[in-house]
Amino acid sequence: MTDLTLPIARQRPLDPPDEIIELGRQGSMHRMTYADGHLGWLVTGYAAARAVLADPRFSNRPDDMHPPIASRADLLKKGEFRVPPGFFLRTDPPEHTRYRKLLTGQFTVRRMKMLEPRIAEITDACLDVMEAAGGPVDLVQAFALPIPSLVICELLGVPYEDRARFQEDARVLVNLETKADDAVAALGRTMAYLHELIQRKRKEPHDDLLSGLIEGGELNDEELTGVGFLLLIAGHETTANMLGLGTYALLTNPGQLAALRDDPAVVDNGVEELLRYLTIIHLGPFRVALEDVEIEGNLIKAGEMVGVHLPAVNRDPSRFPEGDTLDVTRPATGHMTFGHGIHQCLGQQLARIEMRIAYPALLRRFPGLRLAVTPEEVPMRSDMSIYGVHSLPVTW
Amino acid sequence: MEIKADTTVCIGAGMCALTVPQVFDQSEDEGTVVLLLQGEVPEELEDSVRRAVTLCPSGAISAS
Ligand code: HEM
Ligand code: SF4
Repeated sequence: MTDLTLPIARQRPLDPPDEIIELGRQGSMHRMTYADGHLGWLVTGYAAARAVLADPRFSNRPDDMHPPIASRADLLKKGEFRVPPGFFLRTDPPEHTRYRKLLTGQFTVRRMKMLEPRIAEITDACLDVMEAAGGPVDLVQAFALPIPSLVICELLGVPYEDRARFQEDARVLVNLETKADDAVAALGRTMAYLHELIQRKRKEPHDDLLSGLIEGGELNDEELTGVGFLLLIAGHETTANMLGLGTYALLTNPGQLAALRDDPAVVDNGVEELLRYLTIIHLGPFRVALEDVEIEGNLIKAGEMVGVHLPAVNRDPSRFPEGDTLDVTRPATGHMTFGHGIHQCLGQQLARIEMRIAYPALLRRFPGLRLAVTPEEVPMRSDMSIYGVHSLPVTW
Repeated sequence: MEIKADTTVCIGAGMCALTVPQVFDQSEDEGTVVLLLQGEVPEELEDSVRRAVTLCPSGAISAS
């Protein structure tokens, strides 16, 4: 199977590519050729994926990585696209630990619960605007994007009015077809904006996360900029796609939609099931082995890449029987949509609360919600590193 | 059932506090795991505690 390269094109919008489904049937770990010719691995099995992501012998530093797909090859070759300091997702311990410890206190279950009333208020305001405008509207622009965008901006202390200065660049950065020069420029613009913002906050602190980090005194301006950048991008491009794609999935599975709308007891688990079934991080995460590691009898040599295919892992039949069907009542916890190990998503409790509020609020406000186009006409984000819908025309 | 928690390993993902809020909390400053119970875990919570242990991404909590 050494002729395997990472398949991206899907035959059906909500299922992983057929090649991936077939691989999953054959085993849990596969040899895969990366875009620069490097021979590495792709993991599709649940147990193997957990083993890889929990193992400190795998690194998430970009230095020795090989690009899984061609557009990324272009970026890495350029060399100009450096991961900024403070972008701790792409660091290993002890560097990673230093940043993570500074932030976890801000993202605890309890802290996030305190945001509930404000998130509900933001959600209602978006729904009011939609109702007043009347259908059809693009649900991405009217609902899925503004809610998490406003929430992360308020949490960080980034003025929402400035969103034109980073929302578009965030899209450019997660677009797989973006040319290296454009990515470098987009990164530069957003970093410059945040750097300027942090200097302003140093002079004039507010009650927000970035001001708190400045006052903590642990990080310099460059590091703060990188942390702010990671949180801003991660807060924008993730929950927004879950809300958009989740609504598409529900509208095309009306029985599931009704269950989630009509029974408040189903909501928490329904959100976990949507996270599992949709697995919007659809092309990774990737790691590189720092030394020889044996996983399930396979020897991964030092320097070899390992990609974890989260959509496949989340449908591994040994862990999630009938994983190809959306069932909001199945026990869905334990899915790996937020990753596993030390990099497991810092923002997951925020994302959960946003979704637990937003889906039922939308479905109850507009019980007659339906697509304003055919399902086939909805543009899917196959060209983005985070999956979702580009737009979702709905009416009610 | 006895629970152990290692805050030096914990990455504050909060799966424990989300799964069994009666047993686990997270500290205000670092967000790392805090055990709310001293001594024995009530029997009716044992299954949930076991689930929290498997859900913890960093292996910071154990139950025996
Ligand atoms: C449904 C929404 C989300 C999904 C599916 C998601 C998914 C993920 C995944 C898979 C990882 C691990 C990547 C890896 O192991 O390489 C991760 C890390 C991360 N996520 Fe999320 N995320 C979501 C929402 C958010 C939000 C709202 C924030 C905002 C604060 C956020 C901030 C982060 C950060 C900072 C990391 C890096 C953590 C570390 O390296 O220690 N995420 N996310
Ligand atoms: S689930 Fe594990 S890593 Fe997360 S807060 Fe609890 S003990 Fe820490």
